[in-house]
Amino acid sequence: MRIGSPKETYAADEGLFRTRTQWAWFGILLLSLVLFPFLSNLYWLYLVCLISIHVISATGLNILTGYTGQVSLGQAAFMGVGAYTVAWLDNHAATPFVLNLLAAGGVTTVVGMVAGLPSLRVKGLYLAIATIAASFILHFVFLNWESVTGGARGMNIAPPQAFGHELANADTFYWLVMPVTVVMVLLAANLFRTRVGRAFIAIRDRDISASVLGISLPVYKLMSFAIASFYAGIAGGFYAYFFGAINPESFPLLMSIFYLAAVIVGGLGTILGSILGAVFMTLTPELLRYGVDVMEPFVDDASALLSPVRTMVFGLLIVGFLLFEPHGLAEIWRRVRRFFHLWPFRN
Amino acid sequence: MEWLFFFEVSLAGLGFGALYALTAVAFVVIYKATRVINLAMGEMLMFGAYLFFGFAAGMALPVWLALVLALLGGALLGLGLERIVIRPLLGENPISVFMVTIGLSSVLVGLVEIIWTATPRSLPDFLPSDPIFIGDAFVAPKTFWSFVIAAVVIGVFLVLFRFWRGGVALRATASDQGAAYAMGINVPAVYSLSWGLAGMLAAGAGILLGSVAGISSEMGVFGLTVLVVVIVGGLDSVLGALVAGLFIGWVESLAGVYLGGEYEHLMTFIILMVVLLLRPWGLFGTREIERL
Repeated sequence: MRIGSPKETYAADEGLFRTRTQWAWFGILLLSLVLFPFLSNLYWLYLVCLISIHVISATGLNILTGYTGQVSLGQAAFMGVGAYTVAWLDNHAATPFVLNLLAAGGVTTVVGMVAGLPSLRVKGLYLAIATIAASFILHFVFLNWESVTGGARGMNIAPPQAFGHELANADTFYWLVMPVTVVMVLLAANLFRTRVGRAFIAIRDRDISASVLGISLPVYKLMSFAIASFYAGIAGGFYAYFFGAINPESFPLLMSIFYLAAVIVGGLGTILGSILGAVFMTLTPELLRYGVDVMEPFVDDASALLSPVRTMVFGLLIVGFLLFEPHGLAEIWRRVRRFFHLWPFRN
Repeated sequence: MEWLFFFEVSLAGLGFGALYALTAVAFVVIYKATRVINLAMGEMLMFGAYLFFGFAAGMALPVWLALVLALLGGALLGLGLERIVIRPLLGENPISVFMVTIGLSSVLVGLVEIIWTATPRSLPDFLPSDPIFIGDAFVAPKTFWSFVIAAVVIGVFLVLFRFWRGGVALRATASDQGAAYAMGINVPAVYSLSWGLAGMLAAGAGILLGSVAGISSEMGVFGLTVLVVVIVGGLDSVLGALVAGLFIGWVESLAGVYLGGEYEHLMTFIILMVVLLLRPWGLFGTREIERL
């Protein structure tokens, strides 16, 4: 609770940014996002583009899992649907990239709603398992519907064109992916100021109580799946453009686990959590690689250890956060902020 | 369609199904006692197989000793996981526990790849290899013997489950935890027992699976099919695990031969979807009633 910010209207109480200080920080954030490409190198831009894609997808998953309480292990497969939509349109229709991305979102929304149908019948762990099944079935489709998906060889995608420029590298791609990420994250944050978002939260907290209150479970559960898959579809479309080639192995079950882990590590049911989680889970492997480079002269075969150590650290992060910090990085962030708010008066 | 061929394929499928059934029993024991869906089951199985590999091939111990040590190692792994990771989370949201087991599976894969590298290996042969015929039908000897061993182990386990004090305590805890406490059953010990037993069963299944199909750090995927088996059979039903294990093994084998290898998993997951939609509590499971 912040001192000196009386809320005199409901609108003020629901506002995303409630004080001038918050607006100022948000402005600084936007400004630094604009300045970033001029101050950094291609490697960091590459990482930030990747993080943006992960943030979009993780935000979608957080709407579904963190806010609506429907655990999904199908996020990567949904991204695959988006990526293949973009790839197909790019190869067969040569439509502009904006249209392709929107189509990716649309197609994925429909697929996600179909995959979400079991949520009307089962919930909790059973639903998680049903989404595993859905993602296996989608993987099978990617692999075997050769006339559309190119089978195991996959597909190539030409870089998007804007104003006569090819957005082929991270330095130009940044200007496409970053604004979209900011807009989508803001949309997600605003969703929970509306009736729909609150219905999601009510369903998460207790679905039976929610339905007693007059919230239609089928409608809102499917809507949550639709929104989450729309985010996944857009993220998948960017993924396809960013890497220029996709195949069925680009979207394994492990990647769905990665997103769920990002959401848990970041903080279930907070928008900030999806951002922090995606950043953290993308940077940790890079950090490990850096660590291995440092160890190289001292340990035999250090580079061969990289992949297993990565797998292990990934698992340890999930276990460790669930055991010791179940509210994730967002909660740590909040603690740090509280410390500075109250600073010399309380430690 | 040739009936002899069909029969042979079915037998091979049932042989594999016995391994599903064995692992599914381990899964059900954990679920019954602690209400945890253990997605790390496939990786526990893999770890047991690698332990056996380490003892038998790495340290060149005699096969029987390696077998005993690997089974003990599997049991210790189960006990350790329960004590360190699962117990602190008891009573938490089941989704958290589920995610923790996913994290554990990742840790185990990493551990195995660090110790034994990611290269696939084959286990030393210890099953008899004379060809076996049932009527006119040929059965691969490894499949046959792994079926027999799995069946014996399951039989012993069922007897223990029915008559041994520990088994009775386990069933009592499963049916009513509070009442079990009141009757003086040491419930935390039952939790440990269930995980230890399951770890041992999983290690055994891993060794059998490894001797039939070889071991690799990716053999934990087996656990996903076992997940399908327990959902189809009913999460808390040992009988369901046996029936569904054999059934899924049979269907997979038929799909693999008559439709093509890529259809194996598709079939199992389609069965899973159908069961989830029509009968989410499985063929023999208890239907849970939800109260506010």
